[in-house]
Amino acid sequence: MDFHDYQDVWVFIEEKDGAIAPVSLELLGAGRGLADKRGCNLAGILIGENISHLADTMFEYGADIAYIYDQPIFKNYRTESFMQALLHCSNKYKPEIILYGATSTGKDLASAVATDLPTGLTADTTELDVEEETGLLLASRPAFGGNIMATILCKKYRPQMATVRAKVMKALTPQPGRKGKIIEESISLKEEDIRTKVLEIVKETTKKVRIDEADIIVAGGKGLGSAEGFQLIHKLAESLGGAVGASRDVVEAGWIEHAHQVGQTGVTVTPKIYFAIGISGAIQHIVGMKNSGLIIAINKDPEAPIFEACHYGIVGDAFEIVPILIEQFQQAMTREEVSHVGEV
Amino acid sequence: MLHIVACIKQVPDTKIIKMNPKTNTMDRRTAPAILNPYDAHAVEEAVRLKERYGGKVSVLTMGPPPAVKAIKKCIEIGADEGYLITDRRFAGADTLATSYALTKALDKISKESPVDLIICGKMSIDGDTGQVGPGIARRLDIPPLTSVNKVVEINKDEGYMKVHRKLEDGYEVVQSTLPCLLSVEKTINEVPYSPFPNMLKAARYQPHIWSVDDLEDVDIKQLGLKGSPTIVSKVWSPPKPEGGTLLEGNPKEQVEQLLSIILEKKELFTVKGEA
Repeated sequence: MDFHDYQDVWVFIEEKDGAIAPVSLELLGAGRGLADKRGCNLAGILIGENISHLADTMFEYGADIAYIYDQPIFKNYRTESFMQALLHCSNKYKPEIILYGATSTGKDLASAVATDLPTGLTADTTELDVEEETGLLLASRPAFGGNIMATILCKKYRPQMATVRAKVMKALTPQPGRKGKIIEESISLKEEDIRTKVLEIVKETTKKVRIDEADIIVAGGKGLGSAEGFQLIHKLAESLGGAVGASRDVVEAGWIEHAHQVGQTGVTVTPKIYFAIGISGAIQHIVGMKNSGLIIAINKDPEAPIFEACHYGIVGDAFEIVPILIEQFQQAMTREEVSHVGEV
Repeated sequence: MLHIVACIKQVPDTKIIKMNPKTNTMDRRTAPAILNPYDAHAVEEAVRLKERYGGKVSVLTMGPPPAVKAIKKCIEIGADEGYLITDRRFAGADTLATSYALTKALDKISKESPVDLIICGKMSIDGDTGQVGPGIARRLDIPPLTSVNKVVEINKDEGYMKVHRKLEDGYEVVQSTLPCLLSVEKTINEVPYSPFPNMLKAARYQPHIWSVDDLEDVDIKQLGLKGSPTIVSKVWSPPKPEGGTLLEGNPKEQVEQLLSIILEKKELFTVKGEA
């Protein structure tokens, strides 16, 4: 394998309901940094049906090249069809690096592509860097259950591939009118060649928990002692108008469902205020919330690592502190209301 | 009659494990080895499908000899047969080398009794990748179906099955030809306490144990550390954040300070009566 044949940084662009998924824009931001360091192009690869118009968005967010496979067979994501397009493109244009969002689609696709190429694949990366001289991708992630970070390399194969967590990298500010090169490709793939069919897509209308969109998150951990104790978190969240988050332990203990889990194997969140209550602060949790605007920790144990990751901390008993907080907050809001009425 | 194989892994309980701060490695002595929790759901689903359609459930794992214990746990859940591939030449495998070794074992299992369906857990709690399942599917050239949270139907006579794949805002109903590979979410089922007869059976059960030499057409270069494109170059503790300001005083005073801090972001809070 001659590594000189492999150049450029690619991002697999995920499309959803006619728009580019936020994680793909974040990866274009991260990819731009890697490409600039290597002095190479940043490309996006977009696969779907009626998606060609999204190329402009890719350019505005930093891509130099858009590889596009716009064919009816790509209407719904299927591993087998998307994989064929990606393999086709990768074998033809030979990128040095391919990044995918660590979403269910990105992970599914990357795992299949890595096996067929074959090449190495690092999962759920939270930090990316590249060696300027060699082009070696340094993909770091929490490892061993999230107790520590590991940097993973793929020295002997190209392209190097990684899936990257959502909301960890930053998208660039879009530059309207920024242009790039569109390369339209297609593959001859017949419907009968594909062994899976999407029969139906069912949107669940019930109010889904989307803690990644909340401005305020009140998260609780094992320190609350029991499922009953965890109700304190719900009370504070309700009082502040925030969403409920949880540590991995709490979810595994069954106190709350997985959609509330913050961290490496849960959701990455960036609210304006994050409360960590009774959460010790394992690395796998911290990577999921460290970019929050204001982090407040309440914990009985003064040695808990969460106090190193917070902006403000209270060493104390949540069952004592939180009820006072709820009460004082409500009083403050009532005063606010009075002053508001007074202004009118 | 279906032959379902669940691929499982024995893992250290990462909730309990301690890191050796000098070497930055896991101190495995500090944590008990358990059946990967996600895999318990894979085995449970296989057992439920066996009860629904008839057939048998085999479990397959790669690991050191003590991994027999994880297989016994699967027998407790209701699996019929267990296979352990164990050999120093498998050691240090990343996801690509792992899927290669497991595929060679699946080839051998299939020769004895053709496999209709393979089920994997979503991921392991020590590796956290979820890459081995789809890797096996690609190597066997069968469709991989990830994020499965329901099996709707299996029709072996007509050679297809239907599942629900979880999406961010709902699910999709997918039909696939058989054989295929599922990787299943935890929400697909609940694993009940094992019935007593299964526990007795598990206590006596001895799994099939194979080394590399028991497998056929194995390219040694694709095994273990040698066959792994990815390597861990360094393991490190992230630089400690500077740490926050601890609020002093009695609880009431602490809360007063906290409140004035969060109320600086007043725009986030809805004033009552306005909403």
